[in-house]
Amino acid sequence: MKHIKLEHGSGGALSRQLTEEIIYPILKNNIYTELSDAAVIEVNGKIAFTTDTYVVDPVFFPGGDIGKLAVCGTCNDLSVSGSKPQYLSLGLVIEEGFPIEQLIRILNSIRSTADSAGVNIITGDTKVVPGGKGGNIYINTSGIGVKEYSETISASRISVNDAVIISGPIGSHGIAIMASRESINLGSKITSDVALLYPLCRSLFGLGSRLRFLRDTTRGGLAAILNEICSGNSFGLNIRESAIPVNEDVQAVSDILGLNPIEIANEGVLTLVTDPGSAQEALDILHRHETGREAAVIGNVTEVFPGRVILETLVGGKRILDYPRGLLLPRIC
Amino acid sequence: MLSSHSIDGIKTEIKSIASRIEKDVVIMEVCGTHTVSIRRAGIHSLLPPNIHLIAGPGCPVCVTPTGYIDNAINLVREGRAVVVTFGDMLKVPGSEGISLSSYTGSGSVRIVYSPLEIFKIRETVTKPLVFLGIGFETTIPTIAAAFLRAAEENKEDIYLYTGFKTVPVALEALLSMPDSMIDAFLLPGHVSVIIGENPYREVLEKDGGIPGVIAGFEPDDILIALLFILRQIRKGTHKVENAYKRAVRPEGNSVARDAIYRLLEPADELWRGLGIIPGSGLKLRQQFSGLDAKHVFGFKEEYNYEPPGCLCAEVLQGKLSPLKCPIFGKTCTPEEPVGPCMVSSEGACAAYYRYGDIKV
Repeated sequence: MKHIKLEHGSGGALSRQLTEEIIYPILKNNIYTELSDAAVIEVNGKIAFTTDTYVVDPVFFPGGDIGKLAVCGTCNDLSVSGSKPQYLSLGLVIEEGFPIEQLIRILNSIRSTADSAGVNIITGDTKVVPGGKGGNIYINTSGIGVKEYSETISASRISVNDAVIISGPIGSHGIAIMASRESINLGSKITSDVALLYPLCRSLFGLGSRLRFLRDTTRGGLAAILNEICSGNSFGLNIRESAIPVNEDVQAVSDILGLNPIEIANEGVLTLVTDPGSAQEALDILHRHETGREAAVIGNVTEVFPGRVILETLVGGKRILDYPRGLLLPRIC
Repeated sequence: MLSSHSIDGIKTEIKSIASRIEKDVVIMEVCGTHTVSIRRAGIHSLLPPNIHLIAGPGCPVCVTPTGYIDNAINLVREGRAVVVTFGDMLKVPGSEGISLSSYTGSGSVRIVYSPLEIFKIRETVTKPLVFLGIGFETTIPTIAAAFLRAAEENKEDIYLYTGFKTVPVALEALLSMPDSMIDAFLLPGHVSVIIGENPYREVLEKDGGIPGVIAGFEPDDILIALLFILRQIRKGTHKVENAYKRAVRPEGNSVARDAIYRLLEPADELWRGLGIIPGSGLKLRQQFSGLDAKHVFGFKEEYNYEPPGCLCAEVLQGKLSPLKCPIFGKTCTPEEPVGPCMVSSEGACAAYYRYGDIKV
């Protein structure tokens, strides 16, 4: 058995074999102890519940793979919602002919990332689509987290003069994917930033109500998140381009490909807003974590230009930073 | 890029010279890529109030007449040919409001990154192929090279629909407009790589000329070029200067120019916004008439049609800021563009819409 066949998704003997001999042994845990139709769990208090689907191309990329992405992405959505990720479901849509050896690599990556996150995969499903009708493998994960941060994370808690902070260099996930698609080989210089953000978030929850807003800076990049923060609100944002951390190789490849890191997807970067007096404390907290080493204050909340993001450019000019427009990069996550 | 210290030095000198000039100065950035770069870096917001930057006619898609686009659409609609084009032409609406993008699904419109791809397409398509030849001196050489090869190898059923435009002749036309307010040109870097400095000298250094400075596309390139322009205005000179020497040689690229002029010769050309400018276009030479789509398909004479409310024509002449067009940002947006200046990524309206007009 070297490649996935249509029969692996038929519900018959081969389906059972794939689940029992390959998937289950890699993913099994205390809760996922038998192959039943649904998992039963006990939860105390408020929970956060989210879902996301991963279609990244290529499936293996510098710094990660679709499996690691599928665990980190959903866990990060739970984390920035103020909760501790606990349980995940796993839906696999595999294209006929996909090498089983690669499936095993992906499953192992899912397992080890889930172990790092302290989450269990407790239910799952596998479908197979005919060759040419899918993109190697798609993964859906839904996740449940237990609420830890008592405040509501909402832009309505933001006020003028608050500080805007980014937890690390931007653009490396999207550019790692694009560079590998365009065969721009730079050794290991550019790797995806895909990472679990829960440890960072948990440290920040300690700021209580001084932490106003928290988001995972994914599709649409920093530009989209900043616009989401102030769109339709009575305040605007003033952002200093020179303060935004960008790895110089990421910047160079972006220039080659005609892309702007500020509009590129990240998979391990938080955007947060704190009250002005707590910005330094937030930076100190972030700097203690490997993924937050380059955290920086990139701007502040203003009353001029309500609803708009104003970017102070590298030469000191000012312009509007709008939502990214046109066709965003497809299959980036 | 220059250090922020050096950039501050340039900005300070610009301010100091501008205050001593004591009058309004209008500088036209001829090239669409410059417009985008200026708005994206917010350079306009850094300039003293008496220094004005206006966008020019240097977006190839924007200055292509409606009649040209209609002719291309009709070729596809009537099933007479497969049209091969660079992607930026796709979304420009013709006089009926539809664009070539409506036909991409039919396989009768093919998008290419290099004109040489036409030979591969030739092997898979039975209908005649028509390449939409638009653009300035920057893009013309590669298209010329492809069609010289087509001629050499006696390729059949490959045609060129010429809509090319040349920059120096257009600058002369802009200057000679009776109500021209232009005090200086920021000259296009990429075009200059091909044509060099001399063609501008013939236009700008004669009596009645104005300063022109060739600029690169980084924000610091543009700031330095603007400084050079202001120094000239202060001194009252009108010279062509090259502030992009790392890419532009004084003599330009003669190999590329040879390719252009082996295949093509100057011709009168209709511009959107500017009307017919004698000698500002390029047509196929007599011996290559077998490649000429205009001969083979008997196109209607080209014309300009402005959609109701659209003031792209005035924007392209530098007479109207996109921000003053009554439909800008209202019924005309990048998602639902009315005129070509909002369609093209290099169009002035698209750049103004995207980056705004913030004053520091």
